[in-house]
Amino acid sequence: MGVFSDPANRDVYVTGFLWILQLTLASSVCALALGTLLAAMRVSPVPVLRGFGTAWVNIFRNTPLTLIVFFCYFGLYSTLGFSASDDLERNNYWLGVIGLSVYTAAFVCEAIRSGINTVPAGQSEAARAIGMTFRQTLTMIVLPQAGRAVIAPLGSILIALTKNATIVGTIGLMESSNAMKQLINDNGNAVFTIFLVFAGTFAVVLIPTGYGFGWLANRLAVKR
Amino acid sequence: MSADAVLYDHPGPRARARNRILTVAFGVLLLALLYWIYSKFDEKGQWAAALWKPFTQGSTWTGYILPGLKNTLAAAIVAMALSLAFGVIFAVGRLSEHWWLRIPAGVVVEFFRAVPLLLMMFFIFFGIPFVTEQPMSNFWAVVIALTLYNGSVLAEAFRAGVRAVPSGQSEAAYAIGMRKGQVMGQILIPQAARAMLPVIVSQLVVLVKDTALGYIISYSELLQLGVNNLAANFANVIQAAIVAAIIYIAINTALTTVAGWLERRTRRSGRAARPTKPGPVVLAGAAGEVGAGA
Repeated sequence: MGVFSDPANRDVYVTGFLWILQLTLASSVCALALGTLLAAMRVSPVPVLRGFGTAWVNIFRNTPLTLIVFFCYFGLYSTLGFSASDDLERNNYWLGVIGLSVYTAAFVCEAIRSGINTVPAGQSEAARAIGMTFRQTLTMIVLPQAGRAVIAPLGSILIALTKNATIVGTIGLMESSNAMKQLINDNGNAVFTIFLVFAGTFAVVLIPTGYGFGWLANRLAVKR
Repeated sequence: MSADAVLYDHPGPRARARNRILTVAFGVLLLALLYWIYSKFDEKGQWAAALWKPFTQGSTWTGYILPGLKNTLAAAIVAMALSLAFGVIFAVGRLSEHWWLRIPAGVVVEFFRAVPLLLMMFFIFFGIPFVTEQPMSNFWAVVIALTLYNGSVLAEAFRAGVRAVPSGQSEAAYAIGMRKGQVMGQILIPQAARAMLPVIVSQLVVLVKDTALGYIISYSELLQLGVNNLAANFANVIQAAIVAAIIYIAINTALTTVAGWLERRTRRSGRAARPTKPGPVVLAGAAGEVGAGA
């Protein structure tokens, strides 16, 4: 573990994972909000809204995240002059959050929509029979039940989001994968140690998180 | 259920009026957004013909986009074949009765599923050469990393599929005297593959998209040649990115369409495995996992 006894190297490691943590937190909040909104659009009675939701999902789910992040930097920032912060690193961070959110929202939307499909038709029929509106049916009857059904897929999406956050390294943020690259280039004699520490950190955090979501999904599943 | 038919009643006069208002309001909003994008582009001169013109010239396609596409597809196809094989082998390993097969297979699958693909690719491309003392080909760095990650995810999909095959199937196979390997290879895996087809295909879509990570280790695929290098010559990064995105979307939509067709075909012949006990949690978990890669 010689590499990590040097405080400068430890610093590279810690900074890398702090960026991943921040990217994951900010993007998961944005993606969940945006994805839920898109899912509501996709099941709404208004065709324009449905079309917009469908187009969003088909475009962003089938485009590589690398291309989206690349576009956020070179298109949105360099060419169109959109800037989120004066600090260069902060600006790259926010551009990464935009890319990750826009991409992940498409998956969240699809997960929630398939969750809505698991709610038996009788539930919303009963809601309508007692005079609830579309909005009431959706927010008070269908979404709470759908939410329980989508915990497992949403958990997987959030785990994927955490891993995808490394892709923001494409636009120069010193997140964990760039940090690992730098340490490997500086310490060619300890490549396996460095890889095992970085990969191990992801594994130690994400594998239990996955099982945790599975447990939660079983516990909260609607018994039918 | 078909959600749109059940969540709301057949619209009456008031609901129709409200829907019309919503349609108009959102339509105006959408047009405003499109106009804003248009004017932003206009302001920066992004509609200039010179920036779009390269895409009407054959040399752009033969010099940049098609070679990039060829490399993208080459990496994707090799990685698909390898990760399907990896998936089947490790799924069988994880289902084995021998602990000395089951546990290592489980550790490998769980580990590679949890490690970001880019980290893996950096390790193979920048780290391994320090050990072997010879340069790593970036094609193989991309293919190996894609295989380890997607193979592990596919292994879990196959495993969930095998567990969803009714137990009567393997009992019947043992009863007519088949051996363990035959039951797995001839009875369980084919049915599991059919049942998990949607999951497998969405993972293959993820794989195609993930080849774009090769750009970061300078593998000359579509993003590298068709966007980065092209834009370096014509200063049209937005236009090039849009064209590349359309190509990716076309490839992945084609893959999904073929899968839908295959699924309908297997269903029509009545041979698709019926979903049974392990039920929605296992399957939904696997499906969600699979859909959400890079």
